[in-house]
Parts: sequence; C-alpha cells; structure tokens
Amino acid sequence: MKSTLSKLVTLVASLSLITTGSAFADGHLRIGTEGAYPPFNNLNADGSLTGFDIEIAQALCDEMQVECEFITQDWDGIIPALLANKFDAIIASMSITEERKKKVDFSEKYYNTPPAIAVAKNSSITSASVPDLAGKTIGAQGSTTHSNYAEEKFSQSEVRLYPTPDEYKLDLENGRLDAVIDDVVVLSEWVNSDAGNCCKVVSTLPIDPVINGEGAGIALRKGEDELREKLNAAIKAIRANGKYAEINNKYFDFDVY
Amino acid sequence: MNHSAHSTYIARDKIFTAARLLGVFLLFLWALLAASAAYAVVSDYATYGKYFATFLRGAGTTLLLVGISLLIGAVLSLPLALARNSNTLLPRFLAYCYVYFFRGTPLIAQTFLVYYGFGGFREFFSTVHLWWLFRDPFYCALLVFSLNTAAYQAEILRGAIASVPRGQTEAGRAMGLSPLMIFFKITLPQALIIALRPYGNEIIIMIKGSAIASIITVFDLMGETRRTFSRTFDYNTYLLAALMYLVMVETLRRVWVKLEQRLTRHLLR
Repeated sequence: MKSTLSKLVTLVASLSLITTGSAFADGHLRIGTEGAYPPFNNLNADGSLTGFDIEIAQALCDEMQVECEFITQDWDGIIPALLANKFDAIIASMSITEERKKKVDFSEKYYNTPPAIAVAKNSSITSASVPDLAGKTIGAQGSTTHSNYAEEKFSQSEVRLYPTPDEYKLDLENGRLDAVIDDVVVLSEWVNSDAGNCCKVVSTLPIDPVINGEGAGIALRKGEDELREKLNAAIKAIRANGKYAEINNKYFDFDVY
Repeated sequence: MNHSAHSTYIARDKIFTAARLLGVFLLFLWALLAASAAYAVVSDYATYGKYFATFLRGAGTTLLLVGISLLIGAVLSLPLALARNSNTLLPRFLAYCYVYFFRGTPLIAQTFLVYYGFGGFREFFSTVHLWWLFRDPFYCALLVFSLNTAAYQAEILRGAIASVPRGQTEAGRAMGLSPLMIFFKITLPQALIIALRPYGNEIIIMIKGSAIASIITVFDLMGETRRTFSRTFDYNTYLLAALMYLVMVETLRRVWVKLEQRLTRHLLR
C-alpha cells in the first residue's frame, strides 16, 4: 500500500514538473511550427520542413549560434503546446494580436502582409466589398486573424472555419464555398500553382491593426525575456546583413517586412 | 438480518484496508476536481454566462443532428436487421457487408470520406440534383451519422429479435396468425424491450460521437467550443462543454431508467 501511495505521489509530482524548466538553457532551441501553410511553412511528403518561416528561423538560429530543432504541431493546439513546454518558440506566421498577448509574449514582427479574398475563376464576385460578399459563404482557417477578420467585417456572410487551409481550398474548389480569406501571399502562391488553378485572388483587404495585429512575430512563453531580446537582436541583424533579403527574394518579388 | 450485521462488524474491524484507503484517496481527488470545476464556473460567472448562450445554441444543433440521424437510422435498421436474419443468401450478405463496413471503420473516417471525398464529384451530384445535400456540411454529417447508427441499431435489433424464444413464434403460428402479424405483434415488441438498454447506449455514443461534425465546419456544441477556445485560449471552455455533454447524457440515462421501469413492469415479480 505504501508503495502504491508513494508511486502516486511521485506521479503527481513529476506531472507538475513537466510544465516547468527553462527554454534554451543549453544552446538548444525547440521551435514549434504548423507545416501546413505554404509558402511560409510546409511539411513535405518526405517529412522535411520548408518555407519562408523555416528559413528565417534557421537564419535566426545561426545568428544566435544555437542549435534548432523543429517540431510540427496542429494550429489549434499550437499555443497550448508552447505553454505546456513542448517547444520554446512558435515561428509559424503567427500574427501579434492583443488576444494572444494575454497568453504569450512576442518578438518584434519578422514580416507583415495583408489579408486577401480568393474566389472561383468563374465567380460572380468581383470585389472584396461587404455588399458583394453578403449572403455568401466564406471559408477561413479557424483560430486565425483571418477568421476573426471575416467574422468581424463580413457579418452578413456565413463564415465556415476549417482546421487547415488544405480543407478550405478543397471546399472552394468544389463549390461549397463562395470565397476564402487568408494571407495574400498564401492565396497567391496557391492560385498560381496547379492545385489552385480553379481560383483567383479578387483583391487584398485593408489591414485592421486591432484584428490583424502588428504583423507576424515569434511567440514565446511569458517571462522568457532573455530569449526575446536575443531573437529581436537576431531579426535586426539578418535585416542588416542581407540574409533576410536573400531569403525574401527566394520566395517573394517584394519585401514582405 | 443476522448475516448483514455480521459482515458490518467485519468491515468495521478492518477499517484501514489498502483498498479502502485507496478508495477514499481517489474519492478525495474526484471531490477536489469537482470543487475546482465548480469554483472555476462560479468565480468567473460573467465569462461563463457569455459562453453559455453560444454553447446552448451549439447544443441545440448537436441534439437536432443526433435526434434526426437516430430516427433515420431507426427506420433503416429494421429492414437491415431483417436482411441480416434472412434465409436468403444475397440480402443476408449485403446487409452483413453494410454493417461490417460501418461498424469496422471510424466515424471520423466515414465523415471525411463523404464530406471531402464526395465533395470532389460536384459535376455528378449536380446532374442527379443531389448537390444541395452534399454541399451543406450539416446534411453531410446527418447522412453519415444516419448510415452509421443504422448499422449499430440493426445489430442491436437483430440480436434482440434472435433472442425472443422460438416458442413465441410457434405459439403464434399455432393460433393461425399470419407471419407478418406474428412479427409485428409478438416478436418485435418483445425484441424492443430487450433492445432498450443497448439503444440507450447507442444514443449516448451518438451524442458524444457527434462532436466529429465540428471538424467539417458544423457549429455544434464542440464547434462552438472550438471557436470560443480559439478566441480566448481559455481551457475552461472545454470544461463547460464537457459539463454540457454530461448533462445531456445524464438526462438521457435517467429518462431511460424510467422508461425501462415502465416498459418492463409486467416482468417484475
């Protein structure tokens, strides 16, 4: 009996220990990303990660001279996973918003692009205005600034929320959705690829700082000030030494910063 | 009387058994959990009040979805069960395959198959004027859940029909009743009493399983919870949702106990 009880006590104690411990103590940083958001972060068929976020993250790690390990995590659970110490930083095109700041800290932005609306090529929708989309069905990835934007600005439209962009793309293609909302870069990349030749980008939407935040930043657990300062310095450094521009030009024909 | 007094005496004697200590400890953990849940709800009453209204709308969708699919499933399950018990090979085989598929694969896989799989055949469904059905996520969920629960209900019904004693049918035949009358007036009513308990379990499983609809963009209770969580990152949203599912299941369980007592009162001795 004694042993059973003490085992239980040890179990409870060790469970509570899992959530403590400091990030990045031994020159090793675990980075969480989604892997379903091309061209920013994408998990390839062979299990490797590519994309703008990934290359920027790697450049930041090189700049800080730490070894980085990437961990993929579904978008819905990415902040809870950070808080549960599954990784130390989220570099996954996460917009810096007031809602998220209540739970996590952010670095300075590392890019900032506006949202946009995409529709089927033969669609009657000709602009991304509220009356044009009234009564229409708009798809968005759940838990994103874009879904908040759609629910806030297009209140006369029906908004459907999907776990990843792959699913709303399918539903726009097969006609269940009249339009989708996401980052202009993500949608442009998709409609210019073979997979997205069903559809076109109608126009970009004006950035609303309250909803869209100050751009995409690196999310950290609260109190990791040393790590945050280092990341901010590293972002400045790669902006200055041309590394950022080099990666930027690989993916985009304009500066996304 | 004498016997029970004796056993009480023994239990009191060995009051500190390992099992009893463990039991009290676990009970204490449960009480702590319940108390913290209650505290979380009471201490942040305003926030929960706000969640509650949206969640209630979600729960309505859940109940509608489960209610209609259970009814459609019930209608489909009778011919399926009869086919499963049939003496002819073909209907028996087809019904077996149907039940085998729907019981042997996860509900979530079936849901994705219909929603995203069939979604790719828009041209075809438009030609046969069925696109309205496959366009809407709620109808898709309804279709899958109905087909799924039909398979389970058919198995429940088949087992129940088979367990009605042969003598009942034979007695009916001896009285010169037609086979149809024997089935509907003698076999089926007795089978339904046997099936009552497993039916209750099936409804409970459907209520919980219907959370899958949230993944294909239906705003049921789980869908509303996910949406709220994504805006607040507040774990208590899931706690509230769990409590609401619990209330639904517990209400159903109590209704079912009453129903069973009422319907089996002639069997009491």
